[in-house]
Amino acid sequence: MLHLILFSVFAVIAVAGALNLLVQRHPISSALSLIVVMGSLAVEYLLLGAEFVAAIQVIIYAGAIMVLFVFVIMLLNAGVEERTKGSKVALILGFPAMLVGGLLVAWVLLRAPNVGSVNVGAMYGPPKAIGWLLFHDFLLPFEVTSVLVLIAIMGAVVLASPVRSRFSRPQPEPERQALKAAAGTEPAHEETVTARRSS
Amino acid sequence: MTLGTFIIVSVIKIVIALFVLLTGVAYTVWLERKLVGRIQNRWGPTRVGPFGLLQPLADGAKFLFKEDITPPHVYKPLYIAAPMIAMIFAVTSMAVIPIGDWVTVAGVHTPLQITDVNIGLLIILGITSIGVYGIALAGWASNSKYSLLGGLRATAQMISYEVALGLSLVGVLILSGTFSLRGIVDAQAGTWWGWLPKWNFFQGQFVAFFVYLMAAFAETNRVPFDLPEAETELVAGYHTEYSAMKFAMFFMAEYANMFTVACLASLLFLGGWHGPLFGPTWLQEILPVFWFALRVFAFIFLYIWIRGTLPRFRYDQLMKFGWKVLLPLAVANLVITGLVVALRA
Repeated sequence: MLHLILFSVFAVIAVAGALNLLVQRHPISSALSLIVVMGSLAVEYLLLGAEFVAAIQVIIYAGAIMVLFVFVIMLLNAGVEERTKGSKVALILGFPAMLVGGLLVAWVLLRAPNVGSVNVGAMYGPPKAIGWLLFHDFLLPFEVTSVLVLIAIMGAVVLASPVRSRFSRPQPEPERQALKAAAGTEPAHEETVTARRSS
Repeated sequence: MTLGTFIIVSVIKIVIALFVLLTGVAYTVWLERKLVGRIQNRWGPTRVGPFGLLQPLADGAKFLFKEDITPPHVYKPLYIAAPMIAMIFAVTSMAVIPIGDWVTVAGVHTPLQITDVNIGLLIILGITSIGVYGIALAGWASNSKYSLLGGLRATAQMISYEVALGLSLVGVLILSGTFSLRGIVDAQAGTWWGWLPKWNFFQGQFVAFFVYLMAAFAETNRVPFDLPEAETELVAGYHTEYSAMKFAMFFMAEYANMFTVACLASLLFLGGWHGPLFGPTWLQEILPVFWFALRVFAFIFLYIWIRGTLPRFRYDQLMKFGWKVLLPLAVANLVITGLVVALRA
């Protein structure tokens, strides 16, 4: 009974935080409301019995990702959001559209054949079970996902690195001479070589 | 144990833990002033009470009665909330830290810990990672250049060193196979050949121990990693605009965090409360707490010693050290520990 009351309370806090995120006009306030949403979601996981997921939710989302959000907002010194005519239109169209979309999702979910309900505290989520699922049953999808993340990181590094170091770094002398020898010392050839390198 | 007893026992434990922690914080400040004074060839506080022992009380009274100035240019809600966030999360992590074995007091058999959860270590990591907001928001809400720079430095530094800190703990987790702090300490019981204790430090986690130690210094913003409050460049960093009790909250939060990382180091690497037991039964129940307190005191002493000895890092050195030295070391330790455990099994 206590679990159910707590679950409902934190569900309300999560939704209120999400609404506050939209209503607030300052980026920092929005980011802080998002942290409230993350925190109450973690409590919901905990109440359902998935304590490991709850802890990871707090450490990763509230403790790492949102800190970076706040960091970037602080660094850019982002000001108060400006309201234009477009945002008024978005407000008028957006709320009914969201309502319709939410109702549609709820209707589909309720009519789906394999929908059940989970009792509070009935989910099974100790660290060992989750580790077994990640590193044994679903090892390949897990590794593929991590490679995907790695590619994203490499992309970010390439995008963020200064242009000079990628394209116009002077080549070491022996390599350049070898290239010249291979190209037959004609300047036209050398140009094509550089062009291919930079493309 | 009935629900009523459980609640009463929990409340008593929480009150005792808070009292001990805050007293410890106050007297760590005294110890720091004394020791740094000795290192710099001066006396430190001597006027209030014998050896200046009542100095923390005088300081506390002074903080309470000072004028609480709120500068006109701050963003008020967050300016007020920031020290509270820092203080609350610094104190909360004490909830899962065990300080000794099970004891029987007045017929109630209970562990010396507010609560024992099976993800205790993760809870501490989560709470300390949220504690960053206190400093970051203080820097931003103060609306001053020095504060903002201090807040930015603190955020970047704490995110960077959290990675190395977390990875250095994984080796210990592999060895003990549990997230429960009590379970980790229990896994370090016993000795080899009757004299070498089976602490994780001696089980091959010494590299992880030093990585943890250095990352913990950075996490708590202590010298040589006190860039966020570097007084020679940033006046006082993120708490430049704070006065009276709000400043005291940041101060207490920093020292409470020192206690948390010192407790964690003792529990994870140095065998927690294990030590020689002797004498009558009541002494045997108290001795583990004494051994644990001794380890924590040693860490606090080390903190202060290093503060009195080392100069401050430059910011680029700090980042380079965290990402290019500590992180690879922690990963290497993780891989080797995993290999050894897998080959042994």
